[in-house]
Amino acid sequence: MTFGMTTQRLDRGVRLTPTSLSPATANAATIAGIGWSRFASPQAFDALAGRLIPGLFVAAVALLTAGLAIGFVVAPTDHQQGDAYRIIFVHVPAAWMAMVIYLAMAFWAAVGLVLNTRLSFMAMQALAPTGALFAFLCLWTGALWGKPTWGTWWVWDARLTSVLILLFLYIGFIALQAAIDDPRRADRAGALLALVGVVNVPVIYFSVQWWNTLHQGATISLRSAPTMAGTMLLALLLSTLGLWAYVAAAVLRRLRCIVLERERHAQWVGRLPELRS
Amino acid sequence: MTLMNWHSFGDFLAMGGYARYVWGSVLVFVAALAVEWVALGRRRRAAMAQVTLLRNPATTEKRDAERGVPA
Repeated sequence: MTFGMTTQRLDRGVRLTPTSLSPATANAATIAGIGWSRFASPQAFDALAGRLIPGLFVAAVALLTAGLAIGFVVAPTDHQQGDAYRIIFVHVPAAWMAMVIYLAMAFWAAVGLVLNTRLSFMAMQALAPTGALFAFLCLWTGALWGKPTWGTWWVWDARLTSVLILLFLYIGFIALQAAIDDPRRADRAGALLALVGVVNVPVIYFSVQWWNTLHQGATISLRSAPTMAGTMLLALLLSTLGLWAYVAAAVLRRLRCIVLERERHAQWVGRLPELRS
Repeated sequence: MTLMNWHSFGDFLAMGGYARYVWGSVLVFVAALAVEWVALGRRRRAAMAQVTLLRNPATTEKRDAERGVPA
């Protein structure tokens, strides 16, 4: 029964797209809509994700291993910060991912609220724990970097405080969704929180420019290229790409779990090849 | 560019005197990813087990009997 109801809602959402556009673009939108709605179906998504996850995971392990090996073994010691600077190879990619994941979460929240597609809300829900993990890792590695270089684990400056708020937004989102029993209400409440909280992301990003922070400015900038050795840049690039692949794999894996848990009564779940073995 | 920044393995582990900060970051980072990945695998298996249980006719009959639903 739940399945039939949500299918109806999905149809309604999909039909909105062509009618809200002019006749000239409606045709293209219908064609695009077919491809799009195919993967908005949890069944098609599950099969696609199942094919993508192993490759993404292998890429993540290979890129992260290469990035960290170059960063911790090959890259030269920094003349100001000594070897403490090497924390950058985990700290900066974690910070970037914490922000990118929040943007993705807000994006799927908006898509879900506008089109009423259940997979969008599930994607939003799947992103939150990994985002919280990276916000935590950003603060943890930042504290361990701050102690030897600044002389303190923590300071209430704009950058650090806004990242802490990001972690609280993730935790608040997870708690809010867990506290509401009706999944559809939980989705809508969570989506609203995710959207409101998105203003924090530019605040984090520009905090080092807007305010006088103890945190240093952006590391990657064309003008500062001579201060960063090529190997350092390569290590940072590889570990960042590796983390992108990891996040994609982990979020798809969690999304598959959520799809399976929510759709356990659906017919297509009963036909999954994994069940027969 | 020399391929290796360190003179010895001990040198590498010491991280120029910053060992506890550097390794404290890296180990927690790698462990967090590993724990998340393993936890997701367990969650998937649990969800699959739940689905299998739901599809098992014996489970459904037992549940219906408990609720007093006629066969």
